[in-house]
Amino acid sequence: MEWEVVIGLEIHAQLATNTKIFSGASTAFGAEPNTQACAVDLALPGTLPVFNENALRMAVMFGLAVNSEIGKRSVFDRKNYFYPDLPKGYQTTQLAEPIVGPGYVDIETDDGDTRRVRIHHAHLEEDAGKSLHEDFHGMSGIDLNRAGTPLVEIVSEPDMRSSKEAAAYARKIHAIITTLGICDGNMAEGSMRCDCNVSIRPKGQATLGTRTELKNINSFRFIERAINTEVARQIDLIEDGGRVIQETRLYDPDKNETRSMRSKEEANDYRYFPCPDLLPVIIDDAYIDAIRAELPELPDARRARFIEQYGLSDYDAGVLSSDRAQADYFETVAELTKNAKLSANWITGELARLLNQADMTVKQSPVSADQLAGLINRIQDNTITGKIAKNVFELLWNEGGSADEIIAAKGLKQVNDTGAIEAAIDQVIAQCTTQVEQYIAAEPDKRGKMLGFFMGQVMKLTQGKANPGQVQGVLKQKLDQRC
Amino acid sequence: MSLDRSDVERIAHLARLAMNENEAPEYTESLNSILTLIDQLQATSTDGVEPLAHPMDAVQRLRADEVSELNQRDALQACAPAVENGLFLVPKVIE
Amino acid sequence: MFNLTLSELSNALSRGEFSSLELTQAFLDRIKRLDTQYNSFITLSEEHALQQAKAADTLRATGQATALTGLPIAHKDLFCTQGIRTSCGSKMLDNFISPYNATLVERLNLAGMVTLGKTNMDEFAMGSSNESSYYGPVKNPWDLDRVPGGSSGGSAAAVAARLVPAATGSDTGGSIRQPAALCGITGLKPTYGRISRYGMVAYASSFDQAGPMTRTAEDAALLLQVMAGEDPLDSTCATQAVPNFSASLNDSLLGLRIGLPKEYFAEGTDPVILERVREAIAEFEKLGATVKEISLPKTQLSIPAYYILAPAEASSNLSRFDGVRYGHRCDSPKDLEDLYKRTRAEGFGAEVKRRIMVGTYALSEGFYDAYYRKAQQIRRMIQQDFIQALSEVDVIMAPVTPCSAFRLGEKNSDPVSMYMEDIFTLSLNLAGLPGMSIPCGFADNLPVGLQIIGNYFDEAKLLNVAHQYQQVTNWHQQSPANLSEG
Repeated sequence: MEWEVVIGLEIHAQLATNTKIFSGASTAFGAEPNTQACAVDLALPGTLPVFNENALRMAVMFGLAVNSEIGKRSVFDRKNYFYPDLPKGYQTTQLAEPIVGPGYVDIETDDGDTRRVRIHHAHLEEDAGKSLHEDFHGMSGIDLNRAGTPLVEIVSEPDMRSSKEAAAYARKIHAIITTLGICDGNMAEGSMRCDCNVSIRPKGQATLGTRTELKNINSFRFIERAINTEVARQIDLIEDGGRVIQETRLYDPDKNETRSMRSKEEANDYRYFPCPDLLPVIIDDAYIDAIRAELPELPDARRARFIEQYGLSDYDAGVLSSDRAQADYFETVAELTKNAKLSANWITGELARLLNQADMTVKQSPVSADQLAGLINRIQDNTITGKIAKNVFELLWNEGGSADEIIAAKGLKQVNDTGAIEAAIDQVIAQCTTQVEQYIAAEPDKRGKMLGFFMGQVMKLTQGKANPGQVQGVLKQKLDQRC
Repeated sequence: MSLDRSDVERIAHLARLAMNENEAPEYTESLNSILTLIDQLQATSTDGVEPLAHPMDAVQRLRADEVSELNQRDALQACAPAVENGLFLVPKVIE
Repeated sequence: MFNLTLSELSNALSRGEFSSLELTQAFLDRIKRLDTQYNSFITLSEEHALQQAKAADTLRATGQATALTGLPIAHKDLFCTQGIRTSCGSKMLDNFISPYNATLVERLNLAGMVTLGKTNMDEFAMGSSNESSYYGPVKNPWDLDRVPGGSSGGSAAAVAARLVPAATGSDTGGSIRQPAALCGITGLKPTYGRISRYGMVAYASSFDQAGPMTRTAEDAALLLQVMAGEDPLDSTCATQAVPNFSASLNDSLLGLRIGLPKEYFAEGTDPVILERVREAIAEFEKLGATVKEISLPKTQLSIPAYYILAPAEASSNLSRFDGVRYGHRCDSPKDLEDLYKRTRAEGFGAEVKRRIMVGTYALSEGFYDAYYRKAQQIRRMIQQDFIQALSEVDVIMAPVTPCSAFRLGEKNSDPVSMYMEDIFTLSLNLAGLPGMSIPCGFADNLPVGLQIIGNYFDEAKLLNVAHQYQQVTNWHQQSPANLSEG
């Protein structure tokens, strides 16, 4: 049987506010346990919530960025359940009247098409604390620093049909929230968390199959892997005559498997009701318009502009626009070098390679956009060769300074002197008699390929400094003279 | 609408209240008498009436996003039943 | 000095007749001597009070005293007081010392008032007789075999017994007005939102409202002046301007339009109480008021609506008492569920558990619309009734309670009969309106209260009306005959 996969995502994004959604405690990551949990966050008797204006502003920004209707009236509800990381015994969230109504984003599929993923709604809520499972004499430790951190929960429609689409959607949301600056997007630290609702159905069937909810997915790669694993499990299960049970499953990236979360199996009755400690949040068109006016250029628009303005490929434009810092970096380099294509190559090539190795983001890059542009400009004016430039880049990365300083200090300047180049070529031709003979013997249309060997020898002899264009011209001329 | 003992046990579980053998019948009886009282509402038609969630006809106030609460962990944990290394201790949480 | 009101004591302090330290010590001694028979205090904060009194005397000596500086007060034990136990009358919080002050405590402290201690109350403010307190029942100073009312029964009894000139209370369904009536004192429940709820342990958030409990309307005005007003820590605290409540106390009542809701004068209420209330209304007519009958047809529905909505909010508000961060925790829990269930079963008393269960049920899946939503609709209808009535009259007058103080244990076994106690008070909490109880005579030697209901944020009118009545009557000056010392 041919199966169709149906996926919907619930993405939780921690908003990059200074303080909690309902208290004045800091939201900074990594503090000592419970040092950023104030009386309100600990749910001390008599404490009350007051709503953070910045959380509201950021949620509205998100809604505008995903083409949503903004809730001019939104209401906080209580979701009641007992858990040690939930100090009040209820989570303050939004159920019936969320701040962000239906919207959509477009994702690009591998075959170059775009697919529209509808957003059902997005709502504001408070994060829970953390249970630490190191052994405290058989007990767990509760850290409430994270309790009350503002979250926007983005709920998609079940519009995705493959794990790749799901990852592409998650990347698009990531690009939007980081471009807006409302979330740092760090999945490893849990700033952005992704729950995947996965079901399968026979191709052509209209009704949805029973879904499972996958939790604990903390990278884009794991989104794909977790879904693929779960889809395979569901297919096996059904084809063996079994049934999928609606449940929450935990993804284990080490074993690449999903397993049932027994603790969440018990049927919950959350007893939602409007939170009587908070009043309806009312905003008007003027408020929304003011936010709209200040929205930065969004990833889709920037991508289109990169193609249009800089002549970048779809791929490069997509990669560079997916992260605001990276896109800004690119534009600075392209501006300074007047060579967008070469700038894009360096950023998606060498820079990305070293950043990946060091597990850093563009923001943390030791080579600034100015430094990289300085390097590219020396390639463009033939001061150095592309090969030497890679060495200079590593020196910039490790030791800092400017490309000019490094080129001067290390004597890496390209050799453009025809006399010196000719001398080197003559030396190579004299030494490599066998290869020269082969060259002469070859069919003329094969000779071009054979030129590479002599190029390499000449570059080696000149320590990579010879102007490759010049070398190629003179080399071809001298060899062809012998034929 | 009348509750039987299993209803009351389910409610007590949702509310995380332990109930012993003797208490269950008592609570069943008193909850039923309260339900009889509140069921008087059902006789009144409320069609088209907008529910009133709050007597305050006002809108939510907003707080500036500025840190106002500094670390007071020691004072806030002074009444905590079990604390170690700044963490509140509870029986093992199983996920 | 024990028979003096706040304003009289204030004058005596400024005349230098005694110091705040002497006054404070005298009241503390009196409490220690007499409260064994009333049980109106849970905690006496002697050391703290003497420090505050010394500081107040210093302020006065340096000319920085306000009208309230150096005057003693007691707080209902659900207002968080830094460094002093805040128990809510519950075993759950028997060991809880708040690390912060409630906003209203902070404001009264800043005004220089001296906190003598924390008064007894029904557990988590759930009750109408003060019998649900973990610390034992409070006795009514007018008859020690009878209840003082609740839930602010400790505050009412302490003021009535002259153990303190004034106290704070809270009113969710009548918890200021009903004990004020049963103990023969003056109690004001302001408009919902008039006083910050920050630091007042929540029972039902959309109903709870703090207020002053005093001997006179004049004193209530003094306290309300300090307690009322916007608070950035409470989203539901009103931003309306706070008028000078004392300034309008002496306004004439000529032309005052009084509405008498016929549903509040119907059968089921002690006829003697109705007679006292009618006599009081006759006094107002002498002062120039006019009287007309009005109707609040949904009165009977206020009890079922309240007993859905308030327990629903309570069931959620009281979830934080889980034995993890503060408060009672059961011995050696074997797992998380055991921790929650035994902690809560041991820490809460029977009435609290009942209301948590009723509220849990009303919010549970499949019943929300039939109970919670329906009750919210009734709440709107009750509010509309009042808005309609108050467009025709300035104030509404009615009894506070259907009967005077009942005997200890009399209604204890039947929660529903206890709930009926609040028939005349809780519709105001549903609507969020201000109401007041003032003494208007006696029924079989037990105090009777007159309820005065006003429009939103019109506490000044209530205080004016009550004060004018207290200028021409002396019911508020009566004290229980069994007080051993004056």
